[in-house]
This record gives sequence, C-alpha cells and structure tokens, in this order.
Amino acid sequence: MATSDVKLLGAWPSPYVNRVQIVLKLKSVDYEYMEQSFPGKSELLLKSNPVYKKIPVLIHGDKPICESLIIVQYIDEVWNKNGPSLLPSDPYDCAMARFWAAYIDDKWFPIMGELRKAQEEEAKATLIKQAAEGLVLLEEAFLKCSKGKDYFGGESIGYLDIALGSFLGWIKAGEIMSGVKLLDETKTPGLVQWAQRFCSNDVVKDVLPEPEKLIEVLKMIQARLKAAATST
Amino acid sequence: MSGTRDLKLLGTKESLFTHRVVWALKLKGIEYEFIEVDLLNKSPLLLELNPVHKKVPVLVHAGKTICESLVILEYIDENWKDGYYPLLPQDPLAKAYARFWAKFVDEKFYQGATAAFFSTGENRAKGIESVAEALQVLEGEIQGKKFFGGETIGFLDIAVGWIAYWFQFVEEVGDFKVMNSTKYPSFDSWTKQFLQVSIIKENLPPPEAVRCVFVGFKNMAFQAKNAEN
Repeated sequence: MATSDVKLLGAWPSPYVNRVQIVLKLKSVDYEYMEQSFPGKSELLLKSNPVYKKIPVLIHGDKPICESLIIVQYIDEVWNKNGPSLLPSDPYDCAMARFWAAYIDDKWFPIMGELRKAQEEEAKATLIKQAAEGLVLLEEAFLKCSKGKDYFGGESIGYLDIALGSFLGWIKAGEIMSGVKLLDETKTPGLVQWAQRFCSNDVVKDVLPEPEKLIEVLKMIQARLKAAATST
Repeated sequence: MSGTRDLKLLGTKESLFTHRVVWALKLKGIEYEFIEVDLLNKSPLLLELNPVHKKVPVLVHAGKTICESLVILEYIDENWKDGYYPLLPQDPLAKAYARFWAKFVDEKFYQGATAAFFSTGENRAKGIESVAEALQVLEGEIQGKKFFGGETIGFLDIAVGWIAYWFQFVEEVGDFKVMNSTKYPSFDSWTKQFLQVSIIKENLPPPEAVRCVFVGFKNMAFQAKNAEN
C-alpha cells in the first residue's frame, strides 16, 4: 500500500494521536504523518472532521475516520493480518476492554483535566482522591484482563493497554508538576509495573513523548490562556 | 440459542438505554429474563453488578456482567453472530461510521438534551442549540437512506432510536421544541419508518409511563435545587 494512501493528522503531545501512532506501528502500516500546529486548525482538518474539528483523523484513501478509539478498531480490522488482534477474540473479554476504555475516556481522564484547572487546594485534593480511586478500579481491571500476563491484552499490547498507556506521559508530567504520586506502588502495584513495561516497549517508547516535553507544552498553553484572559 | 436462565437484563420499562438492548435481543431472537430495577432506591443487586456507574442497562450472561448500552450491543452482536440478525455492518469503514455517529448522539445530542431539560438560562439555551446542531448533522447523515443501517435497521438505528420516541416527551416536559418535520424532513421520515418496524413498535413503553418518569426527573431536580438554597 502506498504511503500516501494512509494519512494521519495529529499533534505530537496528544495522547489520542499517540494511540493511533502506536497501533499503526504495531500493524506495520506505512503512513504520511501531518503535524497540525496548535492552536490553528488546517483546512484539511476542518474538512475531514467537520463535526469535532479535532485530531487525530486517519485518512484512508480519501475516507476520514475520527475519534481515536474508533480509529484504533478500524486499523485493527482492516490490517487484521498484520500481527495479533488488538481486541480479544472472546466477546466477553472484548466487552471488558471496550468498557474500561470508555471509562478511561469518559470518566477517568477528564478528572486530570479538571485537576489542571483547579485553583483551590480542597478542590485539588478531592480530584486527586477521585483519580486515585479510579486507578484502583483500573488495577482490578488489569488483574482480571491480564490473567497474570504482561499486558491488559495478555501476551502482547492490546486495545486497553493503548487506551490507558497513551496517557502515561501526561500522568507522569502531572505527578512531576504537582509533586503527588498518582501511580503508587503500594496502592496499584500491578499498574506501576505494567506502566514501566508499556513505556519501555520498543514500539511505544518512540511514540510517547517525554514527560518533561509535555510539561513545557502545558506551561506554554497556560501562558497563552493567561495572556488571552488578561488581554480582554 | 441460550436459555432464559442464562441471560438476564437489568433495566427499567421506561429507560431509553435499556430499550436499546431489548431491541437488539429481540432482533436476534434471543430469550432473556428481564429484571426490573428500582433506580430511585438502587438495589444491592444493581450496585453489585454495576459498581462503577450504578446504572441500567446491565446484561448478565452466564454469570458474566456487561455494562454500558453500546458496549452491550457490540457484545450481543459478537456473541450471537453467524446465522443471527446483524447489528453492525461487516465493512470496517461502515462499522467505524456507525460507531462514530452512535458516540456523537450519546455526546452532543444527549448532553444537549439533558442541559435543555434540566438547566435554566444560558446553559439551557446552549443545550437547545446543541440539540439543533446535532439534528442538522443527523439530517445530513440520513438523507437518501431508509434507515441508518440501509434497507433494514441496525446498530446506529438502535442507538439513535430513542430520539424517535422518548425525545418528544423530553421536549414536552422540558418545555422546549427543537424537532421540526419541515426543518429536518429526512430525519422525520426516518423516525416514522423506524417506529413502524414491528420489533420496535411492539417494544415501546406507554407514553404515559415515559411522561411520568420525566416529570419525576424534573421534580427531583427542582427539589434538589431548592434544597441547596
């Protein structure tokens, strides 16, 4: 398949884009990467994702596919002969992977967003507690899904590893900035070891940005927001 | 085909999300036991089976629990596949689009409708605007098609289906109007055809029951707001 047949519109700090990059690598798919500069939205992005106007967008042939987890499943289904399936073959295990990925996106990661915005110490403490409780749930999920193996997906990286793993850079960045440990060996030992394994995986380590670089991005975004607020 | 003992669906007779699962099971011809749950006084069974979200629907198959209606739909489709009515299309691109639009409806449309129903002032206005925008997008998607699934209903019709029936009561009790057969003629045509499908027609709660539940929601929200003050 020609490289230009598959395009990925993305931005390197985005964990949602990282998900797609990891999967494309796992499946050995050649593609053209088009970095979208923040905060501008290119014409191609607006045309390909008129509903959400967000990255990542995968363009296969001339067809755009949006929403990271939907893209991940699409790649898994189209390039199903390249490497193991990302989703478990057993329908129940598959449902569990989907359930927890949706939980991470809809419930857990938004807490981190709220935490970044929170001003008062009390609000921050409540959010940190909620995030930690969520991680305990994910620890239980890890034990059930991995069945004693290295990853949520078992022997190899799967859908749920990618769904949660893509946030590890941001989680570390948050820990450094706040001085609070979210992934705690005493509370979530399984996840801590999984996180180390995931981040040092050959496919993943070239994709996930360094937490220090993400901190720089965060500081830049915060400075921009501050400037925008004071200029009005 | 699984026996009734093997498959249980926890839900309520009026719940729009529960009905997604009812329709899917009926289309596939799968027998199941329906367990009505009290959502106001959440039963220990519900809290045990869905500790994360504490919501219905919950599917229990041979002792294994699956939550979240769209996750349940995909489970049903994968578990009862060959020889059964297909919910999702086979083609990966068509599947991706069905999943995308289902998520869109649950986010933009549903959240907008919730804001329009429960909120006041600017938040309510934003909710109404969100719903109108979502309808415009859905109008574009259904144009030229009988159903979202093509000639027969599928996953996306089931996901969108609540708008064909429950939404009129959301508008009525919430006291706002967005649905418009002149502005969204293709979508209006879809709602009429969808409600004519026998599995759907035979599996809808009575209007008074739905109205009653929504009035109950509005009253609870009103009381909660007053209690805060």
